[in-house]
Amino acid sequence: MGDTSRHKPYKWEMAVDLDRCTGCEACVVACRAENNVRISGEAEAAEGRAIYWIRIERRWEGTYPDVRVRFLPVLCQHCGEAPCEPVCPVYASYHTPDGLNAQVYNRCVGVRYCGNNCPYVARQFNWFDPQWDEPLANQLNPDVTVRSNGVMEKCTFCVQRIRQGKEHAEKEGRRVKDGDVTPACAQTCPTSALVFGDRNDPDSRVSALARSDRGFHLLAELGTEPAITYLKKV
Amino acid sequence: MSTNERWAQIPQINHDLLMPLKQTSRSYWVIVGLLVLATMGGAAGWVYQIETGIGQTNLHKPIFWGVYIGSFLYWIGVSHSGTLISSLLRLSGVEWRRPLTRTAELMAVSAVLVSVLFIFVHLGRPWRFYYLIPYPNHRMIWPNFRSPLMWDAGALLVAAVVSLIYVYLPMIPDFALMRERIGGWRTRLYAGLALGWRGSQTQWRCLNRALHIITPLLIMVMVVVHSIVGWDLAVALVPRWHSTIMGPYFVIGALHSGLGMIVVSLFLLRRIDHLEPYITPDHFDKMGKWLLATTLLWAYMHFAEGLVLWYGNLPDQWLVFRLYLEGLYAAPYWSAIVLAFGAPLLALSAPSIRRQPAALALVGLSINLGIYIERLLIVIPSLGHPRFPFMWSDYLPSWIEVTILVGALAFFVLGYLLVIKLVPVIAVWEEKEDRIYGAPTQSRGADAGRTV
Repeated sequence: MGDTSRHKPYKWEMAVDLDRCTGCEACVVACRAENNVRISGEAEAAEGRAIYWIRIERRWEGTYPDVRVRFLPVLCQHCGEAPCEPVCPVYASYHTPDGLNAQVYNRCVGVRYCGNNCPYVARQFNWFDPQWDEPLANQLNPDVTVRSNGVMEKCTFCVQRIRQGKEHAEKEGRRVKDGDVTPACAQTCPTSALVFGDRNDPDSRVSALARSDRGFHLLAELGTEPAITYLKKV
Repeated sequence: MSTNERWAQIPQINHDLLMPLKQTSRSYWVIVGLLVLATMGGAAGWVYQIETGIGQTNLHKPIFWGVYIGSFLYWIGVSHSGTLISSLLRLSGVEWRRPLTRTAELMAVSAVLVSVLFIFVHLGRPWRFYYLIPYPNHRMIWPNFRSPLMWDAGALLVAAVVSLIYVYLPMIPDFALMRERIGGWRTRLYAGLALGWRGSQTQWRCLNRALHIITPLLIMVMVVVHSIVGWDLAVALVPRWHSTIMGPYFVIGALHSGLGMIVVSLFLLRRIDHLEPYITPDHFDKMGKWLLATTLLWAYMHFAEGLVLWYGNLPDQWLVFRLYLEGLYAAPYWSAIVLAFGAPLLALSAPSIRRQPAALALVGLSINLGIYIERLLIVIPSLGHPRFPFMWSDYLPSWIEVTILVGALAFFVLGYLLVIKLVPVIAVWEEKEDRIYGAPTQSRGADAGRTV
């Protein structure tokens, strides 16, 4: 059947360079705009219900006055052995052949077990129907479903962009090239701390970074095989 | 007592045990009215929650499960013990079980219904509940049987069906009796439910055989069901949940709270229906001994879990346990220990207290309160303290949640109150069997012909 490498599955992964992250949260804003993430407002945020698919955790190191703040962007780790997947009673949380950890909104009944079982607390729940103030309602991304009340959601690695990239590549009869697909967070990161790509392509930037000796995985001891490699000089 | 004297007791038994079905006091209807109001309040709260969103609870990330799941765990426990204790006593031929079994079984059925209710209350999109049912559909998607929640659904279904059969079988001779003795609209109902029971030797043989089959099955089903409920938590990666102790712990905790609840209901029914000649201080004494045993077992489970966590000193696990011992949750945790262990241990160790029905009912209440707090403490602190301290959080239920909890409690009591107007709370034929055939004849079984 011709070129077999064209049909080899993709394995989407990301590298997060903590030595480059400045904690500016541009990724959080870009993700919100790209993925129609609901705007929760101050009151809901205070209740712990603000939805964000990527968050910047702040950590303080040292003692006063010699204090340094460190930033840790946390998003869905798209685990190879995802704890959220087997516990879903209706297959709303499942693994795609590309290694993505997908969430089928229409299938979700809201038992929220996946949310409990995600050690990274990456999963976000819609406690109410979403609302956007005018004119924000006019800027919704037509490629992304708006999630209703009672449904779990989380980072998709901008699956709509991945789909688009794959369709383009397929039309031209080739594999997706490194840099063809960039999620909103990575695209907007001013310091290029976030790098996305196909790990099955040994020459991709993400593959090179993942092999770096600065690399580690969050909660690697749990054996979840995260698709995100964090980089930090120790 | 001569044979004739023994048989002469029958009209009195019929009178005493059927009286509550024939006469209803005014205060009964007042209580039923209040319970209906409270149940409707809970239902209204639920409708409001469905209409506006599950956000009417105080749940938030990362505490995705709260009092609804805690209540589910609690009620399934109460139900579990009802059938388990009844079947254990029946299987081992314990004679003093006779006035208690019906109460325990009725409680099991009402409690299992309430616990199932909480699953639906908990769902984010309850109108899509049928996704959890394996039905044929054009997308060929089935429920995910790897999910512990599906095991749970299966377990609950089995528990409910088996409990219903188990409560129904020994009622058949009583239905036949009431068909003959109670007039009005109920005669036809009882005639249907009695399935043409005439008390023939063949029919008794069938009934006994059926009970012989279902009783041991029921014990196994109940242990399995409750282990599965424990595994709901244990298979998760959540600190403290992820432990093999959860299965046995839930079996024991359920037994503990269920026995407590039986004692409470025995005390109330005895008082309301004037059953003092049937439910005696002896019965409370014996139930008290059972409770003493479960009190110690329950405490052992806590100790075993705590010791291992403390010695292992794994940061994420021990951190959660320390929250109980000396942190944020110390007050509710130690109250639960006092309510479900300390106080019962002291009270039940004294034979004179065990023989006081009112005191035992208080102990039963105390145990149930303690276990309820304990159930919430299993669910909430672990979820609120995931491995990322950045996300740590705390939770108290909202008014809507409390309204639904109260409504569910009222629904439980209401169901119970309504059923005891349709069925005698003491199995009439079992009581007669005891009075007439006297001391235990263990061989009593298939070939013991008798009439009621």
